[in-house]
Formats: sequence, structure tokens, C-alpha cells
Amino acid sequence: MTIDIAVIDYGMGNLRSVSKAIEHVAPGRNVVVTGDPQQVAAAGRVVFPGQGAMPDCMREMESRGLRSALVAAASSKPFLGICIGLQMLFEHSEEGDTPGLGLLPGVVRRFPAAGMVDAQGGKLKVPHMGWNEVMQGMAHPLWQGIADGSRFYFVHSYYPEPADPAIVAGWSVYPFRFACAAARNNVFAVQFHPEKSHTAGLRLLANFVAWQPVVHATPETGARAAA
Amino acid sequence: MGLAKRIIPCLDVTAGRVVKGVNFVALKDAGDPVEIARRYDDQGADELTFLDITASSDDRDLILNIIEAVAAQVFIPLTVGGGVRAVDDVRRLLNAGADKVSINTAAVQNPQLVADASGRYGAQCIVVAIDAKRVPGADPLRWEVYTHGGRKATGLDAVVWGRKMQALGAGEILLTSMDRDGTRIGFDLELTSAFSAALDIPIIASGGVGTLDHLVDGVLIGHADAVLAASIFHYGEYTVRQAKERMAQRGIEVRL
Repeated sequence: MTIDIAVIDYGMGNLRSVSKAIEHVAPGRNVVVTGDPQQVAAAGRVVFPGQGAMPDCMREMESRGLRSALVAAASSKPFLGICIGLQMLFEHSEEGDTPGLGLLPGVVRRFPAAGMVDAQGGKLKVPHMGWNEVMQGMAHPLWQGIADGSRFYFVHSYYPEPADPAIVAGWSVYPFRFACAAARNNVFAVQFHPEKSHTAGLRLLANFVAWQPVVHATPETGARAAA
Repeated sequence: MGLAKRIIPCLDVTAGRVVKGVNFVALKDAGDPVEIARRYDDQGADELTFLDITASSDDRDLILNIIEAVAAQVFIPLTVGGGVRAVDDVRRLLNAGADKVSINTAAVQNPQLVADASGRYGAQCIVVAIDAKRVPGADPLRWEVYTHGGRKATGLDAVVWGRKMQALGAGEILLTSMDRDGTRIGFDLELTSAFSAALDIPIIASGGVGTLDHLVDGVLIGHADAVLAASIFHYGEYTVRQAKERMAQRGIEVRL
């Protein structure tokens, strides 16, 4: 049976929420949770979730031999990164001083220990946990039908800092402006959890399932080509 | 512009049904968990918390079926607590569709469980529930941690304990005032604000909500990041939407 959508499983936590939400918006599609590089290569679309700590995620991903399948997918088919799945696409994370896949230019930083206060002087907690507004940084098929400023559910202590402003697809404020969505070619990646973000999140997933990006199928699509 | 304060309805579940204790004793049936979860979701609940108060271990796995059914239909964060003793319990609940697991008594018996579960699954899914009771006559105010559903004193100072749980990897604290639980006279705001000031992770205030303004006070005076309530929502007294509208009127950022 053809795999329509592969949800990448590299042993880091629970992927049930992600697969359930995608099944909900893609009835009749074959959604497979898999850590098999061959299945990833065969799938029509790839969802790359992640939770836990970035060093563990990178190690588990590598130990399953998924790197080349992920790199190939990110340059050849609709690809959605979620949470740590977004962070792993960048070049480097401050969490455990960990190199990422380098498919998007930029780094991942921790919310600072100091200066985390809101406009009224109230203390802001880390992790950034809850529903925050997402401002759309570009017109994109994945934002279709979603109002600019819609709230999505976040839970994270690290955030991406893209080196190229042109890939910032969305941003939020906590307490400073940070990128919470990045897009380039056939890749879209979000720091928030669409699978837990009610109507807006399900719409984004439905948009991903319907997305037909123009694919530039060359291996040079990664960060090095942009640099 | 920024992060919204959360409203979290809490569902006490036993033997597959949602129940509510009345005056700490009689348990009154409040309905089917999946149906109630869907209703709160429709009303705009930001998260849902399920507390498994099943006494018999024979019926424990029922909560897994409930979570599976809810997770297939409700796409907001789900927290499950009650009877979590081991990392394997955390794994089973997450696999059933829970996004966070709440640990209470077992954290006191074995604090390493919090570190192990957080190390394995990430701090984002580990909630430590603390049941705190005022120490009579203490000046300055102090609170003691209770376990076993509030029946057993531990001798632990609640704020010190909260900081320890944060250090061991808790991602969030579900803070219940034993003095206020079931009273409907409002949160113990001094307890809530003591935790909010002492900890850097989010605090969910719980115990004592009887009116919508109590929720407002939990945020504005207690500085809670989220407020949890059960009875005011279960019997249709107020909807989650009404609660959010009241909070918004009082200047609190909410997701409407």
C-alpha cells in the first residue's frame, strides 16, 4: 500500500497525537508512523515531529540511519517539521551544544535566564507553555484559511533564530519577537504544536496534506547552497 | 500581545465515569468523560486534566481507554494524573494519547521518578501535583505537602518541595490548596503567589473555585499561569467561554 504520509518515529516520545490529528484531517490517506528510512523514502509526504531534548533526538535519529532519508525528503517532497523537528533542521542548537541537520540556515537558542518579563513587569516562565498568537510572516499555502494572529499551543524552552529573514514564515512574542515558523521551498516547520492547537492547528495540518509545493529536487537545496 | 492565561477544566474519573465529590464524601456521577471532554473543547477549554481516582487496580486500565477515545476527537493538550507510580505508567499514558502526566504521591515516595520520567520523555510532559495545607499559626506563612489524596502529611515544606521538583525536571506544577479544595470560597492566593514568585516553571492554581472572579483573582493576585476548576463547569453553572469572557473583561489575555 502506498504511504501517503510518513510520521517519523525515532523513539523520542509519543507520536500518537500527531498521527491522530493527521488521520483526522486526511481521511482515507495512509498515514504511517515509521522509523524505517525506506518507508520515509517511499512516502509522498513527511512529518518530522519531536519532543524531549535535542541531543537525544539527534542521537536517536542518527542511530536509526534516518539522516540521509530526512535530507532527501526535505529536498524532494512536502515536509513538515514540528517542535524539536523544526529545531533539528537548523545548523546548531544551544541545547547540549548540538549540531543539527543544517537544512535551514540559523541556530536554536534558549530563552534567556534574565529579562523574561511582560509589559506589566510580570515574570514570564520557561518553558513557554500555552497558547500564543502567531503572526504570519509571509503568504503561504499552509496559512490558508487561518487568521493572522491566531493562537497555537506552544511548549518549548528553545527557539529558532533563522540566519535568513526570508525563511521566517511566522513569529510570536515572548517577551521578544521570535520566529515560530520557517518555510523554504517544500519545507515548512513550526515551533508550536498544530496537533494540539484545535481548529487552527487542524487547518494547518489539512493545508499541509493538500499542499503541492514546487520542488527543486537538487541536493544543493540545503543551507550550504543558501550560504 | 502574548501568551494567554489558560483555563483548565478538571475531570475526576472513576470506573470510566466522571464524578464529583460533594462535601468530600459522596461521589456524584457527572457523566461520560468523552462527552464532557468534547463539551469543554467546544466551549474553548485550553487544556483538559483527567484525574483518575479509581480505587481498585482492576479498573485502572479504563483510564487508558478513555484517554484514547478523547485523544482521537479532542485536539488540545490532555493531562492525566492519579496512580502514576513508575516510568512505565508515564509511558502507557503518553502512548494512550496523554500529552502530560501528573505525578503526586509517587514523587514524594520516590523523587527520582520525576527525574527519570523527565529525562526520558522531556520536562514538557511532566507535571508535579502538590497538595498543600497551611501550617496552623506559622509566621511567616508556610504550607505542608500532603499525599494520598490529602490524607497523609509528609512534613515537607511545600515551596521548598516545589523548587526541588523544578530542579529535578518538572515542567509545570499543579498546585492544590487542601484548605480550599471543595469550599468554593476561592483559591488560597497567598499559596499561589508564593509558588509563582519562588519558581520559574508555570503554576496551575487549583482548589476552591466557586465563582468566575475567583479565576480572575488566581491570575491577577496569585500570578498563576493557568487556573483549574471542576465543579463550576460540571453542572452547567458556568461555561468555559463565560469564564474567559470574564477574564478578558478584567484585562487578562485569554484565547477566545
